[in-house]
Amino acid sequence: MKQPTERIACFGGVYSNYLALEAALRDAQRRGAERIYCLGDFGAFGPHPNRSLELLRSSNVIAIQGNYDQSIGHAFADCQCGYTDPRDNHFAQLSYDYTLAHTNEDHRAWMRSLPAQWRIELGPLRVLACHGSPRKMNEFLWESTTSTQFLDHLVTQYDADVILATHTGIKWQRALSGRRRFINVGVLGRPENDGHRHVWYTMLEYAPSEGLSVEFIPVEYDAGRLAREMVAERLPGEFVETILSGYWTTCLEVLPSKERRRGKH
Amino acid sequence: MPSVALSHLDHLWFQVSGTLCNLTCQHCFIRCSPTNDQFGYLDLDTVRRHLAESVRLGVKEYYFTGGEPFLHRQMTQILVETLRYGPATVLTNGTVLKDEWLETLRLAEADSCYSLEFRVSIDGFSAETNDPIRGQGTFERAMRGVLKLVDFGFLPIITAARTWDILQEDTVVSCFVAMLKKRGYARPRLKILPTLHLGAEEERTHGYRRTERVTDAMLETFDRTQLICEHSRIVTDRGVCVCPILIESPDALLGGTLGDSLQPFSLNHGACYTCYQYGAICSNPSSQSAREPE
Repeated sequence: MKQPTERIACFGGVYSNYLALEAALRDAQRRGAERIYCLGDFGAFGPHPNRSLELLRSSNVIAIQGNYDQSIGHAFADCQCGYTDPRDNHFAQLSYDYTLAHTNEDHRAWMRSLPAQWRIELGPLRVLACHGSPRKMNEFLWESTTSTQFLDHLVTQYDADVILATHTGIKWQRALSGRRRFINVGVLGRPENDGHRHVWYTMLEYAPSEGLSVEFIPVEYDAGRLAREMVAERLPGEFVETILSGYWTTCLEVLPSKERRRGKH
Repeated sequence: MPSVALSHLDHLWFQVSGTLCNLTCQHCFIRCSPTNDQFGYLDLDTVRRHLAESVRLGVKEYYFTGGEPFLHRQMTQILVETLRYGPATVLTNGTVLKDEWLETLRLAEADSCYSLEFRVSIDGFSAETNDPIRGQGTFERAMRGVLKLVDFGFLPIITAARTWDILQEDTVVSCFVAMLKKRGYARPRLKILPTLHLGAEEERTHGYRRTERVTDAMLETFDRTQLICEHSRIVTDRGVCVCPILIESPDALLGGTLGDSLQPFSLNHGACYTCYQYGAICSNPSSQSAREPE
């Protein structure tokens, strides 16, 4: 019997951008996603963290825990994002304190209960979904600083045909040996430091005749409304500028040079 | 004495110009100078052999240090070839860079999916604060190198060893950023390193005290990924050593090939304590990750 096509939607880094989340969920359902996965970092950056969490949980999104969620869940002192620059840490802490103070205990308990990884079957493919990397939740795997042989090592060591990750905030993918693949599924929380306001999620489709296809999908949403709500919540003007301009204004020092040159700060 | 296993060879370093440098800095932990040839240049074939071996081991990133790497006549070619294998970072004093080299490297990086990072060592935000450490006139020479890199489209990471009181850190960092912007580097990147109390620095200030050692108890809940020896090795002209800091220590030499050098390493040096205290001191900020909660 002919195997049906399977389609799953994946995203990471909601960063409390519930308006983009709403738009992405609608779009993924319209495109026929059978399952929707969130690879962690529900909070940070944006306003009203409970709104994203309510939406995620009521929409049956299958979620894994990111470093932010582990921190908020356990009320750690910081987000464990791994910034090294004092300015980046200053803004990360403002955002973290706001998010922790505005997240309900029920959501925090849910975050604590989430797994750090999911094994997914997509047709015959063994897909491993994680937050940063399969070996460390908050490891940055940037496109320009991650060699192909290292990714080959990861898929071999973790018995996967496809590894899905997020954490860096910028989508990318690379074909590996033996038709295996690494995919950073992107984030919904903020634009990609390229001067565009839209954010991204990823659709993975497996068809017996075609194999795996991967599509990065831009998500338009009401960025002006999000910005107004961020201002009303007294979140930093630098964050608002990123939402409106599409360029990162913080978290800059962890960017490798290729990724940083695409921005203007 | 605690021992640390290599979890995976993420970072492969090359002591590409040995201990040979055109400068003689007062804090250099391996006393590099124009005449110190204790460690020599790595020839291109040695670099190629280790790059080829590194693929099998799944190396993630490559770093080049010295001495001054750009004294090596084939440095540009080495970096061009490395960018076919993975991301490359070169640690330079910025004083000998030539336009034609940078143009070649600009094109090579544009052709590669990987970043080429330059880390330029400057130890003060002015000639008055830098030159006593790095030598007369080195501040202006290094700054010319920085601006040359910026002109070619690179975003150099200015790397400064903390030769000031840590209480002055915020002021010093602000002065660095202001100076770099004023000179024309619009979005400066900065990495501050702790000093290592070895080599020349031992005479400039002091060596390690006997109590400054890592103990088993200290590592019990410690995130070992913060230690260089947990994920790095360095190729020198004598063989493969455990890390860029300890190359002069006899126990740091682990083998002739990468495959021979994968054994655990005992943390019995004062410098291991600095690595433990500060974490990931040799990596670029893009490759660091926060410590796991203890």
